[in-house]
Amino acid sequence: MTVNALDIGAAETAPDIDPAPFVSRDPDGRDSLVLLVDGIHCAGCVQRIEKNLSALPGVHQARVNVTTKRLRLSWEPSATDAHALVGALTRLGYESVPFAAETASPDQDREGRRLLRCLAVAGFAAMNVMLLSVGIWAGAFSDMDAATRGLFHWVSALIVMPAVACAIRPFAASALAGLKAGEMRMDLPITVAVLLTTAMSLFETVRGGPHAYFDASASLLFFLLIGRYLDRQARAKACAVAENLLVLQGATATVLDLDGAQHAVRVAELQPGMTVLVPVGARLPADGTVLRGHSDLDASLLTGETAPQAVGPKDQVFAGTLNRTAPLVLRVAAAGQRTLLAEIVRLMDAAGQGRARYVRLADRIARVYSPVVHLAALATFLGWIFLVGAPWQQSLMVAVAVLIITCPCALGLAVPVVQVVASGRLLKRGVLLKAADGLERLAAADTVVFDKTGTLSLGRLKLANLDKIADTDLAAAVSLAAASRHPLCQALTRLRPKIAMLSDVREHPGLGLAAETADGELRLGSAAWCGLADVPSGHDGPELWLRHAHGGAVRFVFEDSLRLDAAATIAALKARGLTVELLSGDRPAVVEAAARAAGISHWRASCAPADKIARLQELASQGRKVLMVGDGLNDAPALASAYVSMSPASGADISQAAADYVFQGERLDAVREALDVARQSQRLVVQNIAAAFVYNALAVPLAVIGVVTPLVAAIAMSSSSIGVILNSLRLYRLGADRETRR
Amino acid sequence: MSMLLYLIPVALFLGLIGLGAFLWALRANQFEDLDGAAQRILFDDDGPQPPR
Repeated sequence: MTVNALDIGAAETAPDIDPAPFVSRDPDGRDSLVLLVDGIHCAGCVQRIEKNLSALPGVHQARVNVTTKRLRLSWEPSATDAHALVGALTRLGYESVPFAAETASPDQDREGRRLLRCLAVAGFAAMNVMLLSVGIWAGAFSDMDAATRGLFHWVSALIVMPAVACAIRPFAASALAGLKAGEMRMDLPITVAVLLTTAMSLFETVRGGPHAYFDASASLLFFLLIGRYLDRQARAKACAVAENLLVLQGATATVLDLDGAQHAVRVAELQPGMTVLVPVGARLPADGTVLRGHSDLDASLLTGETAPQAVGPKDQVFAGTLNRTAPLVLRVAAAGQRTLLAEIVRLMDAAGQGRARYVRLADRIARVYSPVVHLAALATFLGWIFLVGAPWQQSLMVAVAVLIITCPCALGLAVPVVQVVASGRLLKRGVLLKAADGLERLAAADTVVFDKTGTLSLGRLKLANLDKIADTDLAAAVSLAAASRHPLCQALTRLRPKIAMLSDVREHPGLGLAAETADGELRLGSAAWCGLADVPSGHDGPELWLRHAHGGAVRFVFEDSLRLDAAATIAALKARGLTVELLSGDRPAVVEAAARAAGISHWRASCAPADKIARLQELASQGRKVLMVGDGLNDAPALASAYVSMSPASGADISQAAADYVFQGERLDAVREALDVARQSQRLVVQNIAAAFVYNALAVPLAVIGVVTPLVAAIAMSSSSIGVILNSLRLYRLGADRETRR
Repeated sequence: MSMLLYLIPVALFLGLIGLGAFLWALRANQFEDLDGAAQRILFDDDGPQPPR
């Protein structure tokens, strides 16, 4: 029933999702559906799925995208339907989850494609013009006459002008948008330099002069577009994986009509007042009140509380909690009611606005850089006219040479190339970098705030007093517990998975389990269920009692287990000079125990979402830059308000959407890994930018005194760009070194 | 030098063919699934495959 082990780090329980509401009608009258398919690893899988599904009657197309693990199906609605096709896929051995059509539209990557088109055009122009330019440069030392040189310049102009008109657009659009917002971006000096260079070279060509820089403008665009395209692709890939993770949690709700008929509705389309059936193992799709049924809800994503909570009719329940033991029927709360989810979304909107004000390093430099460069070019122009007394054409030529030499090619590449290498390294380690400026912000973080449940801990209960329990007692308990999906029972069953279940176990929701054995009745459940109402607990965590037929009782106490490497990770973070804090919605005693085990001295318990934000704002007002790591719905506003944020892939969808990074797997070490990569990248970025400045400091005086020729410009520019790229690639080596040392 | 009058257009024409082919491939979604393309060349026989 579950798509449990999706190899991209599945949500713990994703119930069967009815695909019908996700089907969309294509303009050609066919129905189509996009599915996220688990377990596509090899050519055999692709072929098996495509061949078998295409062979079914009515199927028009079945196409697997291995990169994104998505399958696109289209079929004649008269011949078959979504259920039949998904069933066929399941029989082939592949679990799948439907994708909402709007999130999986084929032209979601229009931006990437536009960049690639510009890149192709700029590459074509750069290479062909370079071919001609090499001829011209060689001709300067031999016997090329002015007519041949003029011809070469005219051909170059014919190639470069349309290419620049096409490939400058991404930069020009961004520069204009920046100007409208009243800021100078790095794209502004790039756009100005390329356009002026091209125009000046055309003028020089018409005049029949020697100084045409067509090759410079084309190769400049080519280099910069490579950086920009790679940067985009790296992030698009991380976002596609993150999107897949979210789809695993997005689901349908089963709505009960007045006449008792059931039909599936997408969660987004639920209306207040609808009656919804929530099966065991599913998350509640909406806030509401229980109409029928008794069950235990796991609210750990919502509140950080690990102990399951028993609910019955008339109880108010919240979206995002997990139904554990028995089906529930609930009425969706009316819109406008103060629902928990609405409150969290409101807090997030308010909290996220601070983040948008962050200005990237490259743009901060551009604020200073572009006015300085443009003023320098203007001063050169005026200086040559008034001080040297040169004609205005020659003065303009020199001024343009200054612009070309200072054109921030290396600066434009300094950040994106490092970013690409870093996000590739993180992706291999299961860390998805979603925000474009995430690395910069993470590198600056000096405080880490952790949430407890699901972040420091796995949000999974384990038996705490195993050493005090006789093996026979444990075996007897597991033989009952195997029949139940209650989290405490599952924690017991995990300890001894091979013990057979008793044949006739009855489950009484909210109370416990019972079974008849040869000796009498065996019971497992709450103290009351085992007839032990007044036993002092002495333990804060959840507990289970086992009552033998002969009357003896055994207590099992449970606690939330920390991630295995939690303490090691905290120690490593402290060793890197970060302050670590713990903010949790759980009870003080539990939080204190977890904090002690993980080695965190500052902790706060019973925090509501607003308390977490308040603490983060307090830290921010002290000048701290806080990395927030959290998974729950209750953490989402804090994630949005922190300086930088991470969320585990097992977290609530809204938290993952709010976080800058998403990490997969059970290792908390991913936090340290991401921090190290971010710091190394930031060092490399600073080195790159420093190198670019040194280069400018050397080259600009040459340009100002007018000794820069097109050949010098081409050599200087490409050497600085290649230097920056090579320096950025060291990030691979830095990572490899550290791994061998480990 | 008159050779240039033929050679430059020929070179440009060949380059344009390459550019055109690339833009066509881009438009025809050939770059949507690079991992998949690497595996599809391993497809061999026709006919339905057994479930795994």
